[in-house]
Amino acid sequence: MTTPDSKNYELVCGMEVHAELKTNSKMFCGCKNDPFGAPEPNIYTCPTCMGMPGGLPVANKKAIEWTIKLGLALGCKINLFSKFDRKNYFYPDLPKAYQISQFDIPFCYEGTIETSEGPIRITRIHLEEDTGKLQHKNIDGKKVSLLDYNRSSVPLIEIVTEPDIHSTSQAKEYAKKLRQIIRYLDIADCDMDQGGMRLEANISLREVGTTELPNYKVEVKNINSFRFMEQAIAFEMDRHQEILEAGETPPQETRGWNPTKNETFAQRMKEEAADYRYFPDPDLAPVRFTQKQVDAIGKQLPELPNAKQARWLTKFGIETKYSDLLTSERTYAEWLETVFAQAEKPNDIANALVNKKITISEGEAPAAVIKKVAALTQTDDVDSSELLAVIQEVMKANNDAVAKFRAGDTKVIGFFIGQVMRALGKKVDAAELRNALMTELKK
Amino acid sequence: MLAKKTLTQVLDLLEKKEITLEELHKDLHAAVAEKNETLNVYLTVNTASAEEAAQRSEAALRGIPIAVKDNYCTKGIRTTASSTVLDTFVPPYDSTVIANLKKAGASILGKTNLDAWAHGSSTETSQYGRTLNPRNTNHLPGGSSGGSAAAVAADMAIAALGTETAGSIRQPAAWCGIVGLKPTYGRCSRYGVVAMASSTDSPGPMTKTVEDAALLLNHMAGHDKYDGTTADVSVPDFTQAIGKSIKGLKIGYVYHSIEGLEESNAHLAKELEVFKKLGATVEKVEAMDPHYAISVYTVVQRGEVSSNLGRYDGIRYGNDRSFFGAEAKRRIMLGTYTLSKGYSDQYYNTAQKVRSLYIQDYNKLFETYDVLISLTSPGYAKKIGATEGEAMFGELEDMLLEPSSISGLPGISVPCYRDPETNLFLGMNIVAPMWKEETVIQVADAYEKATNWNTWRAAEKAGE
Amino acid sequence: MSTITPAQVQHIANLASIPVSDEEKKDLAQAFEETLAVVQNLQSVDTSHVEPTHQVTGLENILREDVVDTDHMLTQEQALANAKQTHEGFVVVPRIIDQD
Repeated sequence: MTTPDSKNYELVCGMEVHAELKTNSKMFCGCKNDPFGAPEPNIYTCPTCMGMPGGLPVANKKAIEWTIKLGLALGCKINLFSKFDRKNYFYPDLPKAYQISQFDIPFCYEGTIETSEGPIRITRIHLEEDTGKLQHKNIDGKKVSLLDYNRSSVPLIEIVTEPDIHSTSQAKEYAKKLRQIIRYLDIADCDMDQGGMRLEANISLREVGTTELPNYKVEVKNINSFRFMEQAIAFEMDRHQEILEAGETPPQETRGWNPTKNETFAQRMKEEAADYRYFPDPDLAPVRFTQKQVDAIGKQLPELPNAKQARWLTKFGIETKYSDLLTSERTYAEWLETVFAQAEKPNDIANALVNKKITISEGEAPAAVIKKVAALTQTDDVDSSELLAVIQEVMKANNDAVAKFRAGDTKVIGFFIGQVMRALGKKVDAAELRNALMTELKK
Repeated sequence: MLAKKTLTQVLDLLEKKEITLEELHKDLHAAVAEKNETLNVYLTVNTASAEEAAQRSEAALRGIPIAVKDNYCTKGIRTTASSTVLDTFVPPYDSTVIANLKKAGASILGKTNLDAWAHGSSTETSQYGRTLNPRNTNHLPGGSSGGSAAAVAADMAIAALGTETAGSIRQPAAWCGIVGLKPTYGRCSRYGVVAMASSTDSPGPMTKTVEDAALLLNHMAGHDKYDGTTADVSVPDFTQAIGKSIKGLKIGYVYHSIEGLEESNAHLAKELEVFKKLGATVEKVEAMDPHYAISVYTVVQRGEVSSNLGRYDGIRYGNDRSFFGAEAKRRIMLGTYTLSKGYSDQYYNTAQKVRSLYIQDYNKLFETYDVLISLTSPGYAKKIGATEGEAMFGELEDMLLEPSSISGLPGISVPCYRDPETNLFLGMNIVAPMWKEETVIQVADAYEKATNWNTWRAAEKAGE
Repeated sequence: MSTITPAQVQHIANLASIPVSDEEKKDLAQAFEETLAVVQNLQSVDTSHVEPTHQVTGLENILREDVVDTDHMLTQEQALANAKQTHEGFVVVPRIIDQD
């Protein structure tokens, strides 16, 4: 595999991320929203989410508010007037043969997520419903698909970016940051193994130095881990480069990722070009918010990782190289802050935690954590003559080791350090002890 | 024969204990058994109606059985929408209107035939065979609620339920010489009713008299938290409008000088004198040309149909999409076409704008008039086989109703003439502003009682 | 007036997931044309200053609180009662993608 950071071409990539909101009930009916926790298939259904005749949708208010909350967290503008549209297509996991989604007026638009390699513009965030779950099995020698509608009509947000991603690492950073923010807002679990968060990358390459958008793009769909996403993008970059170098254009298509073969594969295309025949869902009244209501949602936003890191730096002197990791989970960060607040040198605690010098568990009493960190550096005062005496005693008792050291086997210094510590019965500064030992041994 | 009684009469007899529920059910089942083979009114008969009714005899409707159009889902009773796609479908739930009626003490006599998926104005597109008009069996009952209209007209039911998207209650009511009330869109819940065109579908009563319609609507209507398009407005007691004078009311007579309407218009014009005698004023008014409404309705309805009927894939219930009849295929495909890329602006979006123009037109007319009156249908019931090769049969038959349907307005059709030779009827369509069913009922009731076109009222007067 | 070709009918049939025979294609093409001829008058209406009406009731913000409502929920048995084929609580459909 060539390196993803190709010399002649650069990546132009936009992402579409789907996440299932963890509301109590589904998006358009009152059925329980717990597809992963359900003990049996098809137990959280009703005529509406089963697509039975006469089933009608009524939108979940909390899911809408949460979508706006995420929009505000990403600096999006909010459409005060919005609506739901029907996206019509046929697939066995789509019971109504249309997905209720948002076409031209999403709840949120024009936001940003910062990455270390530059900002990624968020085009839009809209709210829709998830499909049922299909599993492919062989039953009695027949290839069949099994359908479970527990997931049907679970609220799903889709976050779409501009093609601002220019490396595999940036793609990963973006997706991780997005997940972190969603988790901070506590609106979705984003469990990727279960499909609670699904990634889709729109990939193309252009020659370095050019700025216009490439005339093609390849969609890689349903990626369920950050690593697979990096691999899939890297794989596609190589594939595109080869095609481009041959003077051709990669065909516009939808591909999937095969994690066992480590490659993308073309998904069998329908003969028809997609035509979703969007139109406003006549079953759902439009949604109108006042600026005041949106502001009220904004007030509920928790402090987000970036803001927290900045505040920790000024308030506690925590270096960003530590806070970046330590703010990754909201409840952990909030607990940690109670520790920092009581610590004399909060940055030492941050250092100790990031470098795993101590083991703690979230929720532990701050005093206990501070004590553990203090124990790392605490030394007893040892008189230098006392130290010298002990060193000489240990050397005398271990002539063989002294000989080894002097023959060039300096590794035995560790042995001496241990022996001296034991003989002293006190904790001494390790560096100091090492220096003193070296001096004596080299004599 | 108790089957010949009106809902109001039967209720009265039950309350006075002059008849028993068993007698009533027995009589009705006997009427169904006698006539159903010829008329093809019921697709499914609920043989357990009497036992179910017995448990509800204390509630307002006292266990009276009603005929239900087969596009209302009924728990445990097969619901087909007259399409073999749903040949085997037994809903595990009741539509809200059915649940409301059961709570009010009604029971289900059976499920009536309709144009498959309610697509049509003839009941000829039913995949279970056409229904015949009981007034003259060489003719069609109209549709799509043709089975319900025929059930009432043939005294095979005390009262019935229909649904209207654009004429499907009022037009068969007119053709069968009964009363059909299409409530305001959003007055009765659509939950559990097989969706046809979601933005216009309206469940409503089909009855022998206006009073019966008011009574039945009382128990059907109301806000439903499971249908976000039902309005949270108070439901008045519609029977309060019965017997109320129409003195001083302003009636607009919507006159369309359309070719072929001359004879019908002449009959209607004569009937308008009745209102003047009752103290109302009648003025001829010009309304927006209904030809555009045909187009609005056709485009919007086909579009919504194409989406609403996508769910019938034979996976979770019923048969697969190859079972759709010709009419459903036509509508689904035309709707798919008009919503497709490059056409949706030209058709669907334009249609929704023209729809706004009709609403504006009505708003202006209702500044002056309390109700608007027109013919229900251009003429009498058509002969059987009339729909053959007519892709736009229904739309043209319903053209006088489409403007009010796409505007969501309440309307009623009452018999206003009977041709003595053919025994076929003309219907008068009375339309009022949104949520003003009371006015529609008030005017229709006054007219019905002042004339002899309603056969049950006539029988009542004759002391039968 | 545009003429609808059998190929266009086939394309629409695919989008609508409706199986059609060649004979039906001809009839459908004709029905399309008849219908489109009738609705053509929409193009002659001046709608430049009109907003579309998607909802005649004018309702807005008809939303539900996020509460589980078991009133309309079906048991697994009810949910599957009308399905042609089921297996261990699932609805069975013929395999649509070969993913082996």
